Parts: sequence; C-alpha cells; structure tokens
Amino acid sequence: MSSDAAGTTAPYGRKTQREPGVKEVHVLWITAGLGCDGDSVSITAATQPSIEDLLLGAIPGLPKVHLHNPVLAYENGDEFMKFWYEAAEGRLDPFILVVEGSIPNETIKKEGYWAALGTDKTTGQPITTCTWIDRLAPKALAIVTAGTCSAYGGIHAMEGNPTGCMGLADYLGWDWKSKAGLPIVNVPGCPVQPDNFMETLLYLLYQISGLAPMIPLDDQLRPKWLFEQTVHEGCDRAGYYEQGDFTLQYGSPKCLVKLGCWGPVVNCNVPKRGWMNGIGGCPNVGGICIGCTMPGFPDKFMPFMDEPPGAKLSTSAVAVYGRTIRALRSFTHASLNKEPKWRHKGANLNTGYKPSTYQEESSK
Amino acid sequence: MSTLATPPQAPSAGKPTKLVDMSWDPITRIVGSLGIYTKIDFDARTVAQCHSTSSIFRGYSIFMKGKDPRDAHFITSRICGICGDNHATCANYAQNMAFGVKPPPLAEWIINLGEAAEYMFDHNIYQDNLVGVDFCEQMVKETNPSVLALAERTPCPNANIHKFKTIADIMRALNPFTGEFYREALVMSRLAREMFCLMEGRHVHPSTLYPGGVGTVPTIQLFTDYLIRLMKYVEFMKKVVPLHDDLFDFFYQALPGYEKVGERRILLGCWGSFNNPDVCDYTYKNMAQWGRSMFVTPGVIVDGKLITTDLVDINLNIRILLGSSFYDDWEEGEQFVKADPLGNPIDKRHPWNQTTTPRPQKRNFDGKYSWVMSPRWLDQRTNQNLALDTGGGPLARLWTTALAGLVDMGYVKATGLSVKIYLPKTTSMPEVEFEWKIPKWSNAIERDRARTYFQAYSAAAALYFVEKALAELHAGNTKTWTEFKVPEEAIGCGFHEAVRGVLSHHVVIRKGKIANYHPYPPTPWNASPRDQYGTPGPYEDAIQNTPIFEENGPDKFKGVDIMRAVRSFDPCLPCGVHMYVGAGKTLEVRHVPMFGAQK
Repeated sequence: MSSDAAGTTAPYGRKTQREPGVKEVHVLWITAGLGCDGDSVSITAATQPSIEDLLLGAIPGLPKVHLHNPVLAYENGDEFMKFWYEAAEGRLDPFILVVEGSIPNETIKKEGYWAALGTDKTTGQPITTCTWIDRLAPKALAIVTAGTCSAYGGIHAMEGNPTGCMGLADYLGWDWKSKAGLPIVNVPGCPVQPDNFMETLLYLLYQISGLAPMIPLDDQLRPKWLFEQTVHEGCDRAGYYEQGDFTLQYGSPKCLVKLGCWGPVVNCNVPKRGWMNGIGGCPNVGGICIGCTMPGFPDKFMPFMDEPPGAKLSTSAVAVYGRTIRALRSFTHASLNKEPKWRHKGANLNTGYKPSTYQEESSK
Repeated sequence: MSTLATPPQAPSAGKPTKLVDMSWDPITRIVGSLGIYTKIDFDARTVAQCHSTSSIFRGYSIFMKGKDPRDAHFITSRICGICGDNHATCANYAQNMAFGVKPPPLAEWIINLGEAAEYMFDHNIYQDNLVGVDFCEQMVKETNPSVLALAERTPCPNANIHKFKTIADIMRALNPFTGEFYREALVMSRLAREMFCLMEGRHVHPSTLYPGGVGTVPTIQLFTDYLIRLMKYVEFMKKVVPLHDDLFDFFYQALPGYEKVGERRILLGCWGSFNNPDVCDYTYKNMAQWGRSMFVTPGVIVDGKLITTDLVDINLNIRILLGSSFYDDWEEGEQFVKADPLGNPIDKRHPWNQTTTPRPQKRNFDGKYSWVMSPRWLDQRTNQNLALDTGGGPLARLWTTALAGLVDMGYVKATGLSVKIYLPKTTSMPEVEFEWKIPKWSNAIERDRARTYFQAYSAAAALYFVEKALAELHAGNTKTWTEFKVPEEAIGCGFHEAVRGVLSHHVVIRKGKIANYHPYPPTPWNASPRDQYGTPGPYEDAIQNTPIFEENGPDKFKGVDIMRAVRSFDPCLPCGVHMYVGAGKTLEVRHVPMFGAQK
C-alpha cells in the first residue's frame, strides 16, 4: 500500500501525527553560574517526563533532542566545549539555553573571575560565565532558568555577598526576548522540583514543534500552570489551619505556620505535587516552607525558623473561628464514628423494614 | 615552580623528554566545573605533572556572618547540589553542640536513614551513570580496542549472579542512556531518592532537618514505605557488587600495572558517619567517646596505619593553608577561639579562626591559581601537614572502619582487617554476605570498588536503623524534636561524611549571631592546590603518578586513564578545579582534537 505525496492517504496513526516543525534541537545547559549543580542533579529524578524519555524519543511529536549538560555528558573538555563554540558562532541551530546558578557581577573588580567555564586559548585565562551568556543569548531560540539562583539570584545573592550576583533577567533585562520572540522562562525552586522543570522543557519543545501556543507566564516569568497557586492552597495541612490548630513542635502532623512556614504567601506547587513521584515535599511532610521559589528568597524569609510576621495576625484571627468550628465538628465527628444502632445480633430487626413473610408473629 | 613531593615515575627517565600539553576543560560527569591541564610524556607513557585550580567563588563564609545561627543548615545545604543534605546534617550537628541540645533517639534514626539513602542514591548514580561511562563499551572501543576485544572473549566469573556473560556485555550495558544497566541504575537512583525524601522531605536540600531533631512525622507508614523500597535496593546490590568486582578485576588482568592509575601514598581521612543516639550527646568533652560509637568509624590512616580514631584529635589538627589560592592571609586577623572546651589550644590556621578575604586576580600557575584553599592535617608525630585524601569517600570509610574494628550492628561487622556486610533474603535472591577486604593500594580501581561495597554497607546499615526506629515507635516514643535556645556566645563543630568524604562545619556564635562559619567539604581536601610548603594536593600527585595505557597517540588522545584517576575521587566541585602541569624540557602545545562527528 502506498500513500501519495500530499499525505491525504497517510496510513493509520500518521494522520494524527504531524512531523515536528523542527527536526532536531540542542539543549545547551550551562551550570557555571554561582550555583551548586543541584538543578542538574534534580532533573535526573524527574519521571514526568524523565530525561531518558526526552532523549530516547519516548514522547510523540517531538524533535530529536541532543542534551549538552556537563553533569551528564559523554564528552570531556574540548569535545564538550565544541558545541558551545559552535552555538556562539551560530552553527548549532536551533538550541535552547538552560542557565543554572546566579550570574555574578564581574564588573565590580579589577581582574580575576567569580565564575568561568573553559579557557580562552589566546590569553590562557578562564572564559567567564557572563561572556558565555553574552555570546549565546542572541543565538538561542529560548532561555530557561533552572532553579532560583539563575531565576532571581537565590542564596548566593544574599545580603552581604561578595560577588554582587543576580538573576538572569536582572542581567539580560526583564524585557529580553529571544530571536524567536520568547521571554526568559523562569522555573524557580531551590533546587527546582524535578518534574516542574522537565514539564516546562517539554512544553517548550512542543511550542518549538508548532504543537503548542506561546508558553503562559506570569509577571515573574514563571509558567502559570505550575506557580499560580500558593503552597498553602495545595497543602494537605491547610485543614488544620482552618481549625486554628497550630503546632509548636516539629514532628507533628498539624499546621506549621507558627514554626516559620511561609506557605500562605509563596507561589509553589510542591505540597500538591510532592517532591518526586508524589513523595516528599515541604509543609505536607513536616518541613516549614522557607520560600525557596520566590524572588525575595532568602533574605525576606530569614530567620527561617521564626513565625512570619503576617502570620501572627492571621493565625490569631483564625483561632476563634477555628476553635468554634473544631468544637462543632467534634460532635459530628464523634457521631460519625459510631455505627447506626440497628446493626446488632439477636432476633430483633430494627432497620425499619417490616417483613411480612419471614418474621414470627410474636416478635412483631 | 615548587618541587614535587613525589617525582613522576617515568620508565624512560634519563632520556630527553618531550612533553605534550593536553587539556580537558571542563571535565564532565562530575558535579561542578573541573578542568585538567597536563603535560604528557608519550614516550614514557606517563603524566609528567599537574596543578589544580578552581573556577567558581561564591563566598558562603562571608555572607553567613551576622545571620541567625538557626539558619546555618538551610544556607549551607546550598553549597552542594548532590550532597547538600550532608551539609545540612553536619550543620545540625554543629548547631546541636553550640545550642547544647540533644535530639530524641527517633530523630537520629530518621537522620541516619535519610543519610543512608543519600549514600545509596549518590554512589549509585555517580558510579553507574557518570564513572561507569569511562568503562563503557563506547569509551573502551575508542581508547583501548584491544581491551574491548579481550573483554569480548572474557567470561564473567559471576555471570550466574548478574546474568552478563562476558565483560564486554557489562561494558555494553554501561553505554550512556542506551545501556540496559545504565538505565536500571538511573531508575534505582530515583527509588533511593524516594527513600531519602521520606526521611528528609526533599532531595537535595532537605525540608525536615532542624537543630534539635527533625520535622518528619514518624508513622508506621513512613518506615514501611522506606523498608519496602530498601529491600528492592538490597536485591539490586546483590547483583551490583559482583558485577563491579568482575569489571574492576578485569582491568587489573587486561592491563597489567593498572594499579598505578591514580595511585598515591595511603593518606586517608574519614570523619565518621551515622551517630549513635545511645552514646552521642553532642558535647565537645565527650566527643572522642561518641565519635567512636558512630556506625562508620572516624579516623586518620597514614601509610596503612590507623593513627587516631579520636574526633577531638582530628579536630585539633586541621590546618587550612594558603599558598596558591586567591585569598589574603589571616595570620594578623582575629583569633575567635583560643582554646577548645577541653582547654586545648586552637591554632590560628584552624577553621574556627579562619577569616576569608577573597582577592580575585589573574590565574597564574606559577603563583596563585585557585579558589580552593589547602586543608591539611597536622601529624603531631612528624610535624608534617599531610594532604589527606578521602578515597572518594568509601575507601577511607571502609578502611578506617575495618582497621578500628568497632562497628558491629548485626548487618555490618568490622573485623580489624575487613568489613563484613550481610544482606537478608529478597524476592528472587537468597541471603548474601559480602566482605570488603583492605586493598593493597589507594588507587583509582580500589576507590571505585569501595564505592560499590559502601552502597551495600549503607543498605545493610539502613536495615538496622529501620529496626531501631520501629522499636522507638512501638515503644511509644514518637518525639522527634527537642526544644532549645540559641545562646549569646558559643562555639560548635560538626563532623560527618559527605558522600565523597570528610565534612566538617565550624561555627562561632557571638551576640546570638554567626560571627564565623567555615565548612570544609571533601573536595577542598582532594582538589587542593600546592600549599605554602609546596605540597601538592591529592589530585595533583595522584595524576602525576598515572601511567598511560590508552592506545591512542597524541592526535586522538582522550586521556581516559587520567579521567578514571580523577573521577575515582568523585570530584564535587561547585567550586571547580583546573589542573595544569609545570615546565618540561621541550614543549609542544596541542589541544585535544575534536573527536567524532556531532551526534
């Protein structure tokens, strides 16, 4: 059986499958910001999709993906850096640039470097991470930040830091657009939640393939569907909050707000999604939310182990209402914990049914 | 140029030497950016010399000053993206000492279970998804085709256990992403991380660790969920240990002299892991006692002899030297701690007294060339500052534990000469006992082999910890946290084993805030540059001694033997490292050629 060139008689299966708009795409992943490589390590935990799902073509409709990440690469040294030089010269096209680690300020000192990758063959000096970003950003189809450091600065941009580091959008400009018209896509988290990142990358691959519209981002450049809810809205301990039931001891299943949990005002889906495969997380498993996905992290959440100032008022307000609700519920609750009284042994039937065919006259 | 402590072993010494510059920058498949600059003598088939230098500075010790001491574990976890939880745990240990708080026993078992899962995950992914690639079919074909040919003809001694018929079958299974064992290892690394998340909330920066204990809610379900996954890992280990024994033994057999790759003097440090809540009270004065009760014994080994297992002794003799690093010296700086709580004087070069003042500058391999400092351990017997290495973590842990002969927890027993590891029956395999025996060398292959055995050690230890945790729970002891107050003035120290080796945190608290904080992870020990006395760091001298077995000449040289030597240390360099070699007689500059078509 043959199909014609126009594809009108494409075989079963192919009718619903379009060839991707782009056949191959490279993912260049720079880990040489001021980071910890925790986001690269994190994505190896992802299963929705997994890294091997993307690389081995396990998802229909996508281009072939070539990953160049220093933590996972087969190649070393120049064999690995070859891809970076090619991309900078426009010979590796198209590519998505992933940036991990905060961007140091190399202009605040006379010489030396805060962060670098590879060596300049003519000077023998390291090539700074900022230089790589300057070279690669104009050529990239899209730029994604992996983790809070590259998104907003994160832990290394804490008050008192010596390097003056910042997020990528602070460095390139919040209005920056790629040559394909995409803004920077931020996937914050310290580290990034594994599936949050891989799912975003998957969306961008769909978009590049012409299978999805422009990625929906909020004003902090986060994918809306992942970050529009707060930790508290997705937390399975929110019920305790509603009842004004707050713990002052770690290790309790109750609401952690009084121990320092910032969940009510933090954009993050981790309590709902879990950390990996639905397991783990933060307040849902007994860890206070320290706001690690937020632009204000870490300074605006420190000291982490004190009750957030705003929580004092809101927890007092909810306490009266919560205690009343809890008391009322306890009556209902106790009643619901008892079986109906007609479930018993003996010769009497008390269910309300009046048998006409099998019960003794005397017991009626 | 400083002189080398150990001259390179050149078989053709005496003849004029032609050295070829070879560089690999970055070294991939490690955490952090590592570069290697070598001069190689292809006639003598050996690496002549090298230096090491780092490419990233972040400044934790600087920005932690003045912060709330309770935040230390949240902040320092972010030092490392693969063993951040080791930092958080070590910070908690230091906080517990400084705050004078002892967590409930159940909290300690939960932490031990979390840290055991970290070792199980991290060693697993590093060994079989990162290091393993250096031993995979594709790599061996490109570097040593004759070795691959021999591997095709060599049956696996343990084939009946792991089902791979020939050594080449194992190599094929290690090919990145396409190899069956590579993918299985990746999946197992996720299972182990689920176990970790059960105990510590999130990988790699935990959410449920605190000074005074944990926030983890101890339930029957928690430990059941962990145990069921653990037993799958235990079954996996029964296959993995014999598989790696076959692979590593084959390299000794196929390439006589391979024991020289990455070999250095036996100078190993281990700071101990898995606190025993029956003994550990976190007081400094009892530290020697509770250190020895840890379920991995701390110690220092010099030339094969265990010279101490005393954490106080270990602590007092840590020295942070400069020499090739981009920092100002602190000899004139403030002395924060004059004496420890036992009255022993604390040296100016001890982490408690260190002041970090960065001075960024051009990289100069004849002068300052690294962001890494040079931690050393002062051997009081000889007054030498020893460049201890960690053996990538497991080698030092198993070695000190074996020699000390203190650990005996039913599933794991140290004999004085070896460590025995018992794994009970699993779904499809009978009970097994493995025995790790002290090797003849501290080299690349033995660092790698120890890693596999330590995975089994961690699994066996976790079986014991689950029993202890459930016993607490069954007895109704469900408290996981002890309340504490942050003192106005205090000092503290924590000792732990990060996955890849020694980890210490030193804190000084004044006016209720952090006045000084210095973490020392394993990589500064292993990756340190030459110190002020000219002593090279462990990578430097291990690489310098490495003979070249690769069949390629300079034109197609991949440096696989050097890669195996470096990766055996499990470099973890969010504070990267570069290596460089000194001047030779003739110098021909060539960069490693591009290899293979873009895939």
